[in-house]
Amino acid sequence: MKASDIAEAVHAKPLAIWNESLLNKEYTAVFATDLMSDALAMIQESPEDTVLVTGLCNAQVLRTAEMLDIKLIIFARGKKLRQEDIDAAEGMDCNLFTTDYTLYETCGRLYSKGISAIS
Amino acid sequence: MNTILQKKFTVERDDYANAGMVSSAIKTTLRQVGVDPKVMRRIAVASYEAEINMIIHAYGGTVYLDVTEEGMIHLIFQDTGPGIPDIEKALTPGWSTASQKARELGFGAGMGLPNIRRVSDEFDIESSPEGTSLYLTFRVEE
Repeated sequence: MKASDIAEAVHAKPLAIWNESLLNKEYTAVFATDLMSDALAMIQESPEDTVLVTGLCNAQVLRTAEMLDIKLIIFARGKKLRQEDIDAAEGMDCNLFTTDYTLYETCGRLYSKGISAIS
Repeated sequence: MNTILQKKFTVERDDYANAGMVSSAIKTTLRQVGVDPKVMRRIAVASYEAEINMIIHAYGGTVYLDVTEEGMIHLIFQDTGPGIPDIEKALTPGWSTASQKARELGFGAGMGLPNIRRVSDEFDIESSPEGTSLYLTFRVEE
């Protein structure tokens, strides 16, 4: 599923588009967590094709994405990062979105569109 | 063992604002020397968890990166205390003594050391009240 379609499915608004070409990139899986250690432990196959959905909103989410090479993050419940954190993500090539839906509803909407869990 | 690259980094105690900066620098360094992305990702995950541990559990410390001609990457995380009273427990997934602050950051779920051990090719740890040393080795080729 394309990043732009994923964003549309959960009515997500962009926080930062650091790489426009990635909006047309296909993502094959979603992983949702507020625990960054879980993300570091669980996302082992193709993290660059995995969307991270989280209710945690701080610089450590970006650092985790950087370590794993995750390219798309959706923050649930309308959370927004501090501008200095958004700016720090510039070199990571990672696009950031926020949606007003809860973590549960964000995942439910994406699951119903056919995007799977991580394998 | 012929070293082709050696770097040293400092991690400060309770420096939550910069948590992950050392691991980011290590990843950048390894990318520059052309390490395979999958291996680099394993190293980054281990390094980041170890760096977070140093910030939330220890009094800060030093990280040593060493790349050898033989294709081995060594990382040593050396802190100055207070040590891990029971290493076996600390290696048990889900066992944690982390503070509320660490949990707010998304860590402290008791997955740090188990994660580090899982992604490392070689893993060794020693600890006393004077400090903990974590020795990690990765092979450049998977």
